[in-house]
Formats: sequence, C-alpha cells, structure tokens
Amino acid sequence: MRHLMSPLDFSVEELDRLMDIASDIEKNRDKYAHMCDGKVLATCFYEPSTRTRLSFESAMLHLGGRVLGFASADSSSAAKGESVSDTIRIISCYADICAMRHPKEGAPMVAASKSRIPVINAGDGGHQHPTQTLTDLMTIRSLKGQLGNMTIGLCGDLKFGRTVHSLINALKRYPGINFIFISPEELRIPDYIRIDVLDRNNIPYKEVIKLEDVMSELDILYMTRVQKERFFNEEDYVRLKDFYILTKEKMDMAKKDMMVLHPLPRVNEISVEVDDDPRAVYFKQVQYGMYIRMALILTLLELV
Amino acid sequence: MLNVGKIEEGFVLDHIKAGKSMSIYHDLKLDRLDCTVAIIKNAKSNKMGKKDILKVECDIDMLDLDILGFIDHNITVNVIKDGEIVEKKDLVLPKEIKNVIKCKNPRCITSIEQELTHVFVLTDPEKEIYRCKYCEEMYSGNMRK
Repeated sequence: MRHLMSPLDFSVEELDRLMDIASDIEKNRDKYAHMCDGKVLATCFYEPSTRTRLSFESAMLHLGGRVLGFASADSSSAAKGESVSDTIRIISCYADICAMRHPKEGAPMVAASKSRIPVINAGDGGHQHPTQTLTDLMTIRSLKGQLGNMTIGLCGDLKFGRTVHSLINALKRYPGINFIFISPEELRIPDYIRIDVLDRNNIPYKEVIKLEDVMSELDILYMTRVQKERFFNEEDYVRLKDFYILTKEKMDMAKKDMMVLHPLPRVNEISVEVDDDPRAVYFKQVQYGMYIRMALILTLLELV
Repeated sequence: MLNVGKIEEGFVLDHIKAGKSMSIYHDLKLDRLDCTVAIIKNAKSNKMGKKDILKVECDIDMLDLDILGFIDHNITVNVIKDGEIVEKKDLVLPKEIKNVIKCKNPRCITSIEQELTHVFVLTDPEKEIYRCKYCEEMYSGNMRK
C-alpha cells in the first residue's frame, strides 16, 4: 500500500506514468467512468479548502466512486480532542482511500503511519501540497509538451508559499530548468530551498524584485497569492499583499507562448483583464488538477 | 591532581568537551542506572586543553551509542573488561534520532498529537543537519527535550 505525502514520493518515471494516465482520462472519460464503482473516498479536511476538496470529490465521482468526509475541524471529532492517529483508524473502517488536509505540518504522515488505507496529503500547513504540484506539472507538460528546458518565474510569496517549494523540488529533477524568483525582500525563497535544493543540485536561478525586469525571459510565470493566514501580523500582510500584480501591460512584455499558472484562489494579484489572454492557463490548470487526482486515486487503489 | 581509580567492567567516555559531561549524563539517562558513575570535569588534555570524562560501571549494552553519536561523535568510547580497554567504539552520526530533541515548530503535528515520538532524520551528513521527520524543520541548538 502506498501513500502520497510529498511530490518526491514518486520517481520521475512514476510521475510520467501518472501523467500518462491523466492524459488518457482527459481523452477517454467514458473508459474511466466506472473504475471506482463501489469505492469510497474520505475527504478529511481540518481546515477549509473548497477548491482542493471539491477537486478530490469531483475526481472520485467521475470515477464512479462515492465520497464522505468533513470540511473543517469544527465539524469533526478533532473539536472534541481526538488525535489524528485515532481519526484515521476510524476512517479506515469507512473508506477505501483518504485525502487529508490539516493545518499542522506532518499530520497526514502521522495518519499514514496508522492507516489501513492509502492516505493522500491534501495540504499540511505551510509544508507540502503534493497534488497541487502534480497539477502544476501536469499543466506544464500538457500545454508545453515537456517538463524540462525552460525558464520558470515564480512570483509573490516565495517564503511561505508551499506550492512554490514543492514545485521547485519537483522540477529540479528535470534537465535544463532555470528559475527566476520574483518577490519582495521579506518574502524571498527560504535558505533551505536555496542552499539544500538549488545550490546543491547546481540549478541556475536568480532573484529579482520587479516582475517587469524579467517578464520577457519567462516560459512559465507561476503567480502566487500573499496568504493572509501565513502571517502572524495583520500590518505586514496589508503592506505586502499588493506588491505584485500581473496586468495586461506586463503581459505585453512576455513571450507569445509564455504561460501563466496560479494555484488559486486569486485575490487581486492577477488583474481580471488578463483572464482572456490565451496564455492565462490557470483555469485549465484546475481541470488538469481533477484529471491528475483521478489518476492518483486509481494508482493508489491499484486499479490501473 | 585528583585521581579516580580504574573500573573493572563498563565504559569510559573520553574526550568530552569540557563542561558537557553533566548534560551527557542526563541524555544517556545514567541517573536512572543503579551503578557507579564517575564524572570528571576539566581534566587536562594535550589534544583539547581541558576535557570531561565519564566512567560508568555497567554493561556496554546499556549505553545508547546513537544518542552519543548525535551529541558529539568525536567522543571516544572505551569498553573496559577486567580493568583493561578491550574495545574502542567509533561513534557515527545516527540516521535517525528518537525522543532526544523536540521539534519547536509551532505548526508541527508533534505540538498537538498525543504521545507522538519526536523523530529527527539526518538529511545532510556532510553538514550534520537533522530535520524533523514530520515537518522538516531543521534542528538548531536549544531544542534538547
């Protein structure tokens, strides 16, 4: 039995296979419509996340399975003080697979250690969010045709943004990747990513303050939101949240085949006028997210 | 000069950094053993200037070499039988260390989950970096449980 805690749990070959399945699902939806008949997915979400939870539930429903779960800690037995270890033992009796989001880092790993069913980390605090990374990789591969040999700009909250850290870790395994980090000084990429991941693997990167300065160099622009819940202090949040906004004018500086990704939800970091630009692929990204989660459920349930 | 006699059977931890012997005494839980322990502080050392030494009269198997390796792998461990050194054990950095240090990340699951073992994993042997198994927080001083 396998779990998914980090995007690195899968080798590059395994990821390729997962994305091949997801691509096949995209082309042949009917073929997969009943593959999970009789199976149940539990979505255990200890903190709110409409998007990720609905993506998992939609994935399971499109495979013919059913879903149960809770959408916040208040509506679960965690409010009574039940441990994650106990909760997953209970869930193991009700479901065949579990997607867990928890505000505490490492909670899904604790669950996996006690579980009788596969556990998918659906986001643990500021730590990992592997299915978002799989979604990002799937989107890039599907729309660019490959995952190597490109310049990727990551913009916004690079300090607390777990999607950014996971994506860097996943992309470092592909050849010819060049990163450009665009962020205010306060939200720069943390040292452990810079030293342990980038420097150690000799991956070229540069850090800049202004998005305009590097717009023309990018093949991919990965925008992120400055997340209010990652700040301890309201004042810092208000000061930094509007720092980087992608506008039509900035898009005019970009390559014709550059693509804009965003893990969503967006607040105001991408102007709505950019949505109609064919290079804005963040809504397509949501669709790929469902396909890759379908492929993941099938893989972990050993149905493909 | 103060003289502490030989031990017949047990182990001698030599080349402990001066001043560290008491914390090692506690980390190895020697206070819980019913055996003779000699703690020698600030002994003269050609190599280190000053050093601490611990002499413990008990079975070597009672000693957790992983913890000792984590604390300081430069400590010399001499195994004593019949009053003589019969073996010198090399300390290495353990790949994993359990319940010795506590994760200080307030967002880590270890901060709320009951009776969860605190596990730190050696992620960079060259730089001697340990990270929490659950949240990957890096070990930095003063995290001792």
